[in-house]
Amino acid sequence: MSPESAPILNVSNVVKRFGGFHALDGLSFHCAPGEILGLVGPNGSGKTTAINVISGLYAPDGGEVTFDGASLGGVASHRLVHRGINRTFQIPKPFLSLTVRQNIAVALAYGRAAVAPPEMAALLDEYRLADVADRPAADLNNAQQKMLDLVRALATRPRLLLLDELAAGLNPAELDWIAERIKALAQGGMAIIVVEHLMGFIEHITDRVIVMNAGKEIFEGKLAVAVQVPQVIEVFLGGEHAA
Amino acid sequence: MPSAFKHTLFIVAPLLAVFAVLPGVYENHLLLFNFVIFLILAQGVNIIYGFTGYLPFGYVGFFGAGAYGFAILVMHYQAPAVIAVLAAGLVGVALGLLLTPLLRLSGAYFAIANLAASLAVLHFVANPALENITRGPYGVSLTGTFNPTLAYSAALAVLALTLGAVVFLKNSGFGLALQAVREDAVSASMAGVNVVRMRVIAWLASALVAGLAGGVYAWYVSVFYPDNVFSGDFSIFAIVFALFGGVATISGPIVGVIILYGIYNLIGFTTPQYFQLIYGLLIMGLVLFLPAGLVSLATRRGWHVP
Ligand SMILES: Nc1ncnc2c1ncn2[C@@H]1O[C@H](COP(=O)(O)OP(=O)(O)OP(=O)(O)O)[C@@H](O)[C@H]1O
Ligand SMILES: [Mg+2]
Repeated sequence: MSPESAPILNVSNVVKRFGGFHALDGLSFHCAPGEILGLVGPNGSGKTTAINVISGLYAPDGGEVTFDGASLGGVASHRLVHRGINRTFQIPKPFLSLTVRQNIAVALAYGRAAVAPPEMAALLDEYRLADVADRPAADLNNAQQKMLDLVRALATRPRLLLLDELAAGLNPAELDWIAERIKALAQGGMAIIVVEHLMGFIEHITDRVIVMNAGKEIFEGKLAVAVQVPQVIEVFLGGEHAA
Repeated sequence: MPSAFKHTLFIVAPLLAVFAVLPGVYENHLLLFNFVIFLILAQGVNIIYGFTGYLPFGYVGFFGAGAYGFAILVMHYQAPAVIAVLAAGLVGVALGLLLTPLLRLSGAYFAIANLAASLAVLHFVANPALENITRGPYGVSLTGTFNPTLAYSAALAVLALTLGAVVFLKNSGFGLALQAVREDAVSASMAGVNVVRMRVIAWLASALVAGLAGGVYAWYVSVFYPDNVFSGDFSIFAIVFALFGGVATISGPIVGVIILYGIYNLIGFTTPQYFQLIYGLLIMGLVLFLPAGLVSLATRRGWHVP
């Protein structure tokens, strides 16, 4: 990790409304190449919405997102993929009737990776999908679908990767394994944002966390520090006031 | 692309050969021609429904528009029939372009809007005020181009083109990306696929196919009324045949047409009272037990169906 390097992603003052409800209410943060940034907060605090805005699925109602110095306003999500942004889904949505191999082939062919795209065989091996490569994605279990979703993203060679609860539902051995993989990706220079409820996992892999509540940042820094901040504790534990 | 070659050699070529030879040994040429038309339309439905998931309830709109495109070129511009067929294809594409906003709708909304659009085109064409151009409700009669033998050959050429397109979709990264869009448009966009463009291309390809089919149909029958070439039966039959065999395959719609249109012609005219019953039971059985079509009998066993 190189904390000195300039951020590749800048989120500034982003607002996203659903009807009158502010899912994001002036959210600002940044993320640098090689950095693993944790995005944590209680259910409904806007983490997935933030990822949806950064990956172009939602247009923000205010504020701006810049990637690599250029604004992302109004850019279609497949073009953001071509520019180097990708993400996984909290609930993975693979192409169910296509085989695992075909799922990956689409991303390899259409991702327009700036550098040479990764090899199919290597991806299948590294993410433990080789045995099921020729089965329809519908046959995979939840953990395998999550890995396939991750591989779909990686096949496009992103420079910014947004992981939405990738670790949820993995067993402890799988957690250790995927943590190492994520760290290795960051070491290769990828900027990675990890949304996760598993604090041990976040503590283990992130350099820095943003704690969100009600669409806003309420803390930024080390997780070890965050857990001593009364406002953060209240948000996670104090029923009444939590969003 | 070896599998594309195999599909051409073992499915497309034999089918075309059989329909090229049949008129020499079987005297009901109109029936053979109708088979070819339904093979084209069922594959056209396959392109748009099988590969993108849009159910075109108003598919006949392109067919009828193509038939009238042919008629207008022949009546008013004395165009040679082959040119008029190509123009019919373009009319189909033009109507498809006009209707691209429908692709924003999904599921039943798309199906109903497409149906409404095809009715709108029918009423436009059949409008007595346009008698000078379309002959309105009085129908067209094209004596100058009448040549069923050539029109049949043209239908085979359109079928070859259509099957070629489906073989391409079945064997190319492009076809795979279309299926990805059908399965999950959001994930497809996150694989880098331009979802809107893919849908429009498939939509226009299926419009082209139906427009060309309408053109050769007009050429073959030479005399028709708006209600003939805009009959909802064309849409329903093409959809049912394609679904019965199994979409997103090359062979499914072919099997569907041969079996269902075969049954229709075997018993449909002689004993219509049984026909309705058998037809209804077949389709209900399909929906209940084989929602992915007849080919799923094989795919369920793990066999690969081209
Ligand atoms: N498409 C939408 N339409 C309406 N409301 C939405 C939509 N997406 C999210 N919301 C609302 O915005 C708020 C933030 O949702 P979001 O999914 O971003 O939360 P989250 O932090 O990811 O929560 P979780 O930890 O449960 O995944 C929630 O109250 C949610 O109901
Ligand atoms: Mg979420």
